[in-house]
Amino acid sequence: MTTLAPNAGGAPADSAASPDIKIRLRNLSKIFETKKGPFVAIDSLTFDIPKGCFFMIVGPSGCGKTTLLRILAGLENHTHGTMEITPPGDNRPSNSMIFQGDSLFPWMTVWDNAAYGLVMRNKSRGEINDIVGHYLQRTGLSKFKDYYPHQLSGGMRQRVSISRAFATDPDILLMDEPFSALDEQNKLLLQEELLRIWDETKKTVMFITHSVDEAVTLGDRIMVMTAHPGRDKATIDVPFERPRKVLELRARPEYGEFVYNIWKYLREEVDRARALDEGSAS
Amino acid sequence: MTDAIQQSKAIEGKGRATGFSLAAYLKNSGERWMNILSPFALLLIWEIAARLGYIDTRFFPAPSKIFETMWTLILSGELFIHLKASMYRLFWGFMWGGIPALLLGISMGLSRTLRVIVEPIVSATYPIPKSAILPLILLIFGLGEASKIVMVAVGLFYPILINTVAGVLEIPKIHFDVAQNFGAKKLNVFRTVALPGAMPLIMTGVKLGVGLGLILISLAEMIGAKSGLGYMMWNAWEILSVETMYVGLIVIAFLGVIFNLILNELERMLVPWKTNR
Repeated sequence: MTTLAPNAGGAPADSAASPDIKIRLRNLSKIFETKKGPFVAIDSLTFDIPKGCFFMIVGPSGCGKTTLLRILAGLENHTHGTMEITPPGDNRPSNSMIFQGDSLFPWMTVWDNAAYGLVMRNKSRGEINDIVGHYLQRTGLSKFKDYYPHQLSGGMRQRVSISRAFATDPDILLMDEPFSALDEQNKLLLQEELLRIWDETKKTVMFITHSVDEAVTLGDRIMVMTAHPGRDKATIDVPFERPRKVLELRARPEYGEFVYNIWKYLREEVDRARALDEGSAS
Repeated sequence: MTDAIQQSKAIEGKGRATGFSLAAYLKNSGERWMNILSPFALLLIWEIAARLGYIDTRFFPAPSKIFETMWTLILSGELFIHLKASMYRLFWGFMWGGIPALLLGISMGLSRTLRVIVEPIVSATYPIPKSAILPLILLIFGLGEASKIVMVAVGLFYPILINTVAGVLEIPKIHFDVAQNFGAKKLNVFRTVALPGAMPLIMTGVKLGVGLGLILISLAEMIGAKSGLGYMMWNAWEILSVETMYVGLIVIAFLGVIFNLILNELERMLVPWKTNR
């Protein structure tokens, strides 16, 4: 029997300024001003993400998960509360984001797309060649380096995205449902590839998904978010050891039980989200 | 396994992308000969009609006469002088009109504030026929080279500006998010996202602009010049050399075709991710 520990990572003491904490949120909220009045997208999130943690956020659609990630990426501002991100301490970027859907530049080749972050940081040609070459090889794209994105399949395109994000060696990886548009086989392959590359680097990851399976397969800790407004419903540590093999992990009976338990949390929220939608539609 | 299939698909895609040629297309269509022969057939009918007196050769001289005149003009070097003068004005008009339009257009696409300020001015001045401001331009810039160059520049400016703004606005927001997330500064956003992203529509604007430039340069040279293809045709009217007028028309038509070929090739080079899709 796997033990569930709801809120294992939630509501930590404010005083302990541990250097091992990478991301620290205190009562973080985001309120959009709309014509119909204020719209609360994120409501008082408080949590810590330790250094090297693979942190998963699961929630029904429209719960503000993408907004949260965009705030952490610096693409949007929060309206209340505080957010502290421990800087990397050297010249590396604090974060790189892997976006949902097609985020590659259609006018650049695979190589130029993967090298983009490095070029923007004015790295030397030699260094760029080494790093980009390495990640394209790791993701099986070496032969396709001169292709344009529209000549690749969806799975290959998302591999380029992953290479681009890893190439800059960011302190934190932010991933916004990166595999949601892929078919099941490709999703599985890419999850395995991501785990393999992650095992080499052990970066702090914040990964958003609507798939409980994906959350349990990849994550160290899972936060289930409530439907609108987005709140912390439960935070659960994933007990499975690393390195993980996706299929073997999924074949274990404890895995199914664990997924089922998380689904129970999520289920309430999915039902609630639907009730909210139907309420607003009528 | 699935990946192997995708990879082979990708290779197929690439083969298709680079393998296209106009010759192969025409050969396959079977309409190739008709395509080449129809203009010649028209010329032949025209020639016969002119020689047999079915059409008035004072207005429609026989093609053989026109080409004879053309040959004379080529040998005397006269045609080349006019061609050179027109090309010089077109080139500098393109530089003075096209480059500011490109830079302003991208800046307007990126900055909402700039758009709000400049757009009403553009909307108000765009509908004025460019030919109608020729007298004013002659007044301000005189009868020298400048007035002709300004005329072309003004004509090119609008289609390039308007298409460039539209091109930048059409770029999905996610590409700007990516640039920002990977630390691109303003100039790099301009260079790596806005310019290449807007390039398909910029090329459309350039093609429209060059067509308009040819119209305006002919017009400007007819009224206030002592050289150029427009002047050559106007002068031919004054001395009733109908053949020379036709030579001018043929050369201008030929220029239009050549520019179009060059621009299509340029488009293939600048927008490899879109033209071959």
